Amino acid sequence: DIFCIYLFSNGISFSVDSVFFLSCETIRTNKSLPGLRGLRNVENIQYLSKTSKSRNSHKTGNRLVYQNLITNWMDQIVKENPDVVTKVDYGKTYENRTISLLKSERGGSSKKAIWMDCGIHAREWIAPAFCQYFINQLLQTYKTDPKMEQMMKNMDFYVTPVLNVDGYIYSWTDNSTRLWRKNRTPGPEGCECLGTDLNRNFYANWGTVGISFDCCSNIYPGKSAVSEPEAQAVTNFVGKRADEILCFLTIHSYGQLLLIPYGHPNVIAPNENELMEVGLAAAEAIKKVHGKQYTVGTSPDVLYANSGSSRDWARLQGIPFAFTFELRDDGTYGFKLPEDQIQPACEEAYSGALHIITHVHDKEFIKPTGTAATVAATLWTTMMAVFVTSTVIV
Amino acid sequence: MRLKIIIVLTILTGITGSPSITIRPEVELVDNKQRISEQQNLVTETDEVVEDVMATGELNPNHYPAQRAAKVVQHYINTLYGSPFKVFHLHRVHSGNAEDVADSGRKYQLEISVQEMISNTSGKCSAEVFFSRGDKQHSPQVQVMCEELLKINTTKEEDAFYQHLKKNTSLLSAEYLPDSHGHIEPDMKPLWHLASVASSFIMLNESTQDTLFNMAQVANVTQLATESDQLKFEYLILLHEMVSQEIIRWKLLVSWCPPEGVKVLQMEKLPHCHECEKPPNTN
Repeated sequence: DIFCIYLFSNGISFSVDSVFFLSCETIRTNKSLPGLRGLRNVENIQYLSKTSKSRNSHKTGNRLVYQNLITNWMDQIVKENPDVVTKVDYGKTYENRTISLLKSERGGSSKKAIWMDCGIHAREWIAPAFCQYFINQLLQTYKTDPKMEQMMKNMDFYVTPVLNVDGYIYSWTDNSTRLWRKNRTPGPEGCECLGTDLNRNFYANWGTVGISFDCCSNIYPGKSAVSEPEAQAVTNFVGKRADEILCFLTIHSYGQLLLIPYGHPNVIAPNENELMEVGLAAAEAIKKVHGKQYTVGTSPDVLYANSGSSRDWARLQGIPFAFTFELRDDGTYGFKLPEDQIQPACEEAYSGALHIITHVHDKEFIKPTGTAATVAATLWTTMMAVFVTSTVIV
Repeated sequence: MRLKIIIVLTILTGITGSPSITIRPEVELVDNKQRISEQQNLVTETDEVVEDVMATGELNPNHYPAQRAAKVVQHYINTLYGSPFKVFHLHRVHSGNAEDVADSGRKYQLEISVQEMISNTSGKCSAEVFFSRGDKQHSPQVQVMCEELLKINTTKEEDAFYQHLKKNTSLLSAEYLPDSHGHIEPDMKPLWHLASVASSFIMLNESTQDTLFNMAQVANVTQLATESDQLKFEYLILLHEMVSQEIIRWKLLVSWCPPEGVKVLQMEKLPHCHECEKPPNTN
């Protein structure tokens, strides 16, 4: 039961001094478990287990908890779904942590895929939670939902739960680091600050709009395009498979928006109309779940101009559908979405993502001028050729 | 006869469609590299050029110009009507209009919905926001008219809270509201609401057409002893500015009592904290 893990890693606080992990059991209303001071009443909470050897690492507190949690969770998913999921390590962060994704592989040589990444910005905690939820949903529904089964057979899914691992772990250190955004690369020489905004670092109109070359700025795009190892990892992996990937979804918070390319106000995607149409339909799907309004549009229209985003880069690679999801909320809690909103936020986002994915899948695999029609057309042409030939000869 | 057959077959072929393959739009982007370099070379414009082309006339209510102006209205309403038990939040922009005013600035007219967060009631407002341009950068000027919304009665709760704190011999203090997980202890919520209202004064002052502010967190709050009727609090508040994505720290001295509402007595912007290991001493 993986349900708990994303709740745990995103919604439950616990006492740092008694860091020992409980085995994955269902805990109902038991609030008096040692080490769970501060636990709030959430049903069906389960925790990853670790031995008491970890007591010595209590000084690093939340950081270590988290680092092990996500990697442990991914390993567990693979273990529990060996015929469907593999973990692929595809890069290293600045602090030398591994960047991994989970790949679902059901079909034979389908070689079409969906890409999703979460946590490119450290403080947007709801995003990694959503990636975990998404994977969980895939693995639960494909067995019973014929549509999902079909889609998983025809397409591989690449899901990166946390892209900016260093930044994310840093944001877990304590209350004062919670609002960190960038990665953890040292600044250029002479700079007293560190970190590059990974979503300004991609090779897509790099360094033009919506950035600041002040290295302390939260929208510092790096010393050059794709200078950051995290951006390189995505560029290399996705770049090699650009022909395969039908859809690139990158998950952020907050704002309740679905953003389509491009970040520059004067650059228009050739399929902008279709992107808007699909986006608006996805927003409708989102609204049906819990009534939340998501605004759809290009970044410069709806939010602000920007450059060097992963979404823009993906679109430039020819990946036809590229969306940025900005999840809940609309500013009340901002980055610190309360626990009781994690589940509903994930549910609605899933509905939106699924709509886009279904559209992308059907467009590719269930064309109106599909196989059946092609055969019919070929038949007619052949028959006509025969008639023409026969009449000419005769 | 033969001709008729040929014609019929031709027509039928046309209807069932040619056997050619559907072209995916991506095929247009044949030369990705060239396209990328096109994109790269395309832009040498600075932000200034981009901003010059500002929307005038009827605005798309979902686009940022109307949204940013509407947020300013939210801040304004909170400065006037907010309290530890009454906090307003922009819900939706229904329509908007913008026009330049001579050389002095830009005026927005907006129809919006605003929600009171604690009672969960919402209502419509009509508002005008004026952003000044040029050397004299003033804070935006706002006029607003709302339906019944602003008459929500919170006297009971406010009086109870006020009396409770006045009688209390110890002074309240708290830090990190909300905590990293979005949690706020129920008895700390009024202090968080008070912070939202107080920071609305700052956010109102600081807002321009190029900013969008939300309060990100109360880093700490300390109640100060007073001899007057007012309750006094010193706050360290973190604001999130959306366009720059910066976290901006402000120290505020806030007073409140039910009859007089929320007042910000002193405000101080703190320097950017690159690696905030702990909240700095406010001395």
